[in-house]
Amino acid sequence: MREITYAEAIREAMTLEMRRDPDVFFFGEDIGLYGGAFGVSVGMFEEFGEERVRDTPISEAVLVGAAAGAAVTGTRPIVEIQFSDFITIGMDQLVNQAAKMRYMFGGRAQVPMVLRTPAGSGTGAAAQHSQSLEAWYAHVPGLKLVIPSTPYDAKGLLISAIRDNNPVVFMEQKLLYRRKGEVPEESYTVPLSKSDVKREGRDLTIVTYGRMVPTCIEIADEMSAKDGVEIEIVDPRTLRPLDAEPIIASAKKTGRVLIVHEAVQFGGYGGEIAAIIADSEAFYYLDAPIRRLGGLDIPIPYNPELERNAVPTPERIRETIQGLLA
Amino acid sequence: MATKQQTKRPPELTKEKLSDIYLKMLQTRNFEEKVAYFFSRGMVHGTTHLCAGQEASAIGACANLDESDLITSTHRGHGHCIGKGININRMMSELLGKADGYCKGKGGSMHIADLTRGNLGANGIVGGGLPIAVGAAMTLKLKKKDNIVVCFFGDGAINEGSFHESVNLASIWKLPVIFICENNQYAMSMSAKRSMNIDDLSVRASSYGIPGKTIDGNDFLEVYHAVKEAKAYAKTNGPMLLISNTYRFKGHSKSDANKYRTKEEIEEWKALDPIPRLRAWLEEEKILTATELDGIEKQAHEDIEAAVEYASNSPDPSVDTILEDVYAD
Ligand SMILES: Cc1ncc(C[n+]2csc(CCOP(=O)(O)OP(=O)(O)O)c2C)c(N)n1
Ligand SMILES: [Mg+2]
Repeated sequence: MREITYAEAIREAMTLEMRRDPDVFFFGEDIGLYGGAFGVSVGMFEEFGEERVRDTPISEAVLVGAAAGAAVTGTRPIVEIQFSDFITIGMDQLVNQAAKMRYMFGGRAQVPMVLRTPAGSGTGAAAQHSQSLEAWYAHVPGLKLVIPSTPYDAKGLLISAIRDNNPVVFMEQKLLYRRKGEVPEESYTVPLSKSDVKREGRDLTIVTYGRMVPTCIEIADEMSAKDGVEIEIVDPRTLRPLDAEPIIASAKKTGRVLIVHEAVQFGGYGGEIAAIIADSEAFYYLDAPIRRLGGLDIPIPYNPELERNAVPTPERIRETIQGLLA
Repeated sequence: MATKQQTKRPPELTKEKLSDIYLKMLQTRNFEEKVAYFFSRGMVHGTTHLCAGQEASAIGACANLDESDLITSTHRGHGHCIGKGININRMMSELLGKADGYCKGKGGSMHIADLTRGNLGANGIVGGGLPIAVGAAMTLKLKKKDNIVVCFFGDGAINEGSFHESVNLASIWKLPVIFICENNQYAMSMSAKRSMNIDDLSVRASSYGIPGKTIDGNDFLEVYHAVKEAKAYAKTNGPMLLISNTYRFKGHSKSDANKYRTKEEIEEWKALDPIPRLRAWLEEEKILTATELDGIEKQAHEDIEAAVEYASNSPDPSVDTILEDVYAD
């Protein structure tokens, strides 16, 4: 099959949906001729014109709120927030408006919008351009939250997100943008709220998402070849609403669980996964305490070696796995 | 400030239409009085923000709109709801948290919305509605609809960043939005005078290269004319900013000792009450007789009593509904 990058897969999803549905349109900072800060939307302005691919001023609050306002009145906007860190400025509109309208209005409104935004460290951009704030969104009922780990998932999940009738936060992984994978040319969907077993194994479960998925798969393959250890990797893909069943099933099967994410560990999404497993019948099958490996309790530093060590490194992941298996 | 109504009466303001407008202003006043009574007796929980005194602004603006025009409202939104043609029984039900309220009892006073009639909802966040109004206007543009959005907000909201971001975005995209700042002189206890270094808030329009105008928001006809003009303007040229000067007769929310304003000031504004002003004009112009006007007043009173009756007899929502309506299918 044809291989394209994660960024291209995202562009393809938006493009196909915009060709299919005239109600879908796209706006954000520098997404037009410039093609977006990470080049995700290159060529879309040329194809769809400035009515449907709109460059905006630097005004995150109104961008997020306008997406909600457009969505609640019958269109399907995609809004790009240039770096996920800047959501702080649009947070009121996301949390107090978009996420609340349906419930607060007694189920009589729907807000079919997608907020796309690049997240994560590893680009040398330091503390204000490198965060992974998914726990914030995951904490808000009414929002959906998707973090794809492969180009295939990125395309199929984004198409589902655009067709979904709820506000969906779609956190893209900067370090995966240039990564290639097999992606069909035609339109297809990957359903939201369906966890995916990315690698099967019997000895230990890693629950991870986003850019830590390929890292963990590499480690698992390596350990399989070297030590004959078989690690199962479960990728929730949609963090909200979560499909917990495959995670619980895997924990039951292997009896050992490691949760890995780049986001700061304290108060992070991994704590919820650990609690869900501990609260389930999988608890009785555990052979070891559930372990979490998240980012250190620091802002992301600038120096490349400091930055690399701020989030789970392959070395730390390997060590933690070995500790769990011992 | 002029105490006399402008006398120019456009032909579309028929006797019938003006009767309806007068009725809606009175329904709003009576609704607010009733809610104030409920709160003083502790008969409802939560909080509410009453717009008594500001009826001409809300009803006068909405009198220019039809069902497919859109509005975004504020925490002080009961007049906007009535102006936009809401069913008052179900509005009262929502206030009492009942199952057949507009939000099935999940929203309350601060979140009443009636999407079927273009009312995109009140808002508990000061300045929260402005970006939504901009987005709604984007829909109108994308779908090539010949409607407008009226975005109501207060003199407090005009100092939120969302005001600046929203008006700017609407201005560059020439979106059909009328931004109406209902300047009731106070944001809770903070006066407009103390919170801004300008007297005439409409000058802010010039920062965005759009027209701005300050009007007597207690003069129904002046509000009506200004919004009529703004509507025609917005459809072809883009947004406009109107500052509707008015005053709230009640406290900020259910509890308010009025420490931040004087009795004299309140009395001065009460002399400018928009409801008797409209009545006087309707009589002077011989549009409605005193008997007809008395009839409308009686009608408004009965409508609110009926709404209370309706809402009191409505069922509370079942606790089984608590998890419903978080996500759409
Ligand atoms: C973002 C935000 N800040 C503060 C409040 C608390 N609050 C509610 S209404 C209000 C005053 C708003 O003043 P204004 O915009 O003039 O509207 P008014 O109440 O006068 O109608 C305040 C401070 C809030 N609800 N939202
Ligand atoms: Mg005010």
